[in-house]
Amino acid sequence: MRVTFWGTRGSLPTSGPETTRYGGNTAGVQVRGSRDTLLILDAGTGIRRLGEALDSELTRLDILLSHLHLDHIQCLGFFAPLYKPGVEVHIWGPPSTTLDLQTRLARYLSPPLFPVRIRDFQCRLTLHDAPLSPFAIGEFEVRAEPICHPGATVGYRVTEDGVSLAYLSDHEPALGVREFPGEANWTSGFDLARDVDLLIHDA
Amino acid sequence: MPQEALELILTRQWASYLATPVWVMDSDENLVYCNEAAEAVLGLRLDEAGPTPLAALPDIFQITALDGLPLDAHSIPVGIALRKRKASHLPLRWRAQDGIWRKGEVTAFPLEGTAGRFLGAVAIFWEMQQE
Repeated sequence: MRVTFWGTRGSLPTSGPETTRYGGNTAGVQVRGSRDTLLILDAGTGIRRLGEALDSELTRLDILLSHLHLDHIQCLGFFAPLYKPGVEVHIWGPPSTTLDLQTRLARYLSPPLFPVRIRDFQCRLTLHDAPLSPFAIGEFEVRAEPICHPGATVGYRVTEDGVSLAYLSDHEPALGVREFPGEANWTSGFDLARDVDLLIHDA
Repeated sequence: MPQEALELILTRQWASYLATPVWVMDSDENLVYCNEAAEAVLGLRLDEAGPTPLAALPDIFQITALDGLPLDAHSIPVGIALRKRKASHLPLRWRAQDGIWRKGEVTAFPLEGTAGRFLGAVAIFWEMQQE
């Protein structure tokens, strides 16, 4: 798999000479599989440029949202593939105990906060509460598990042919552990991160 | 040892700050956490005992109803919360590991996490008195 970071900041996009090395955009990571399946981890401002860089022949992509804080979803309305009728887009997000993903995202993607509603996207869009058991997207096996952060938040483990990455964003792994990192079985995110080849960890 | 569910991790965190005695059981019916207040009234150091199965609790603590009738694991509040997945509240007597009989009331409730996952149960002890 090939991994590209399009946004690495938290909370707010930051422009200026001091952020030129890693960029000033909020969370967005592209993951390409060996058979060209495209996953996008979070939808912060970084994915605007990703949307412009994608092949015009693209037919499907999957966006995996870690949680619904604004810096992780802010660019959904500015992501070009969502406006292309020929593209199949699946958005996966953390399950809630009460509301489905579409209802929660619509709080932001609707007037007066945003002029475009979810139903106005022209792609073939499907929204999913991420299952908490492994599921397949193309050649990838994806596993989502709740991790420590206010509000419903999941981390993801993505595996292809024995190679794996874990994506744990805004994570608070020391919460709930008496002597971090001494108690692996009481540490949030431990099973997702165990023995991965690439750990993307924003803590 | 596999990682505990996040909801159990956070429940343990919450219980660790309470002066009220609290037990946390996992979905495999093991007692996986007692806060310090619970250790004091049960005379049990879970760090030393390790996870303790529900089925062993009535033997360890000789749990009875207030009239002295012995109660099995299915009949104590935490057993009801785990097996029937509903809240339960009962007055009980038990003999702690220090040999002292105590009585009090116990409330237990099941823990259900996101996506309907059953994660275990919590028991809270109230108004303990030594006999």
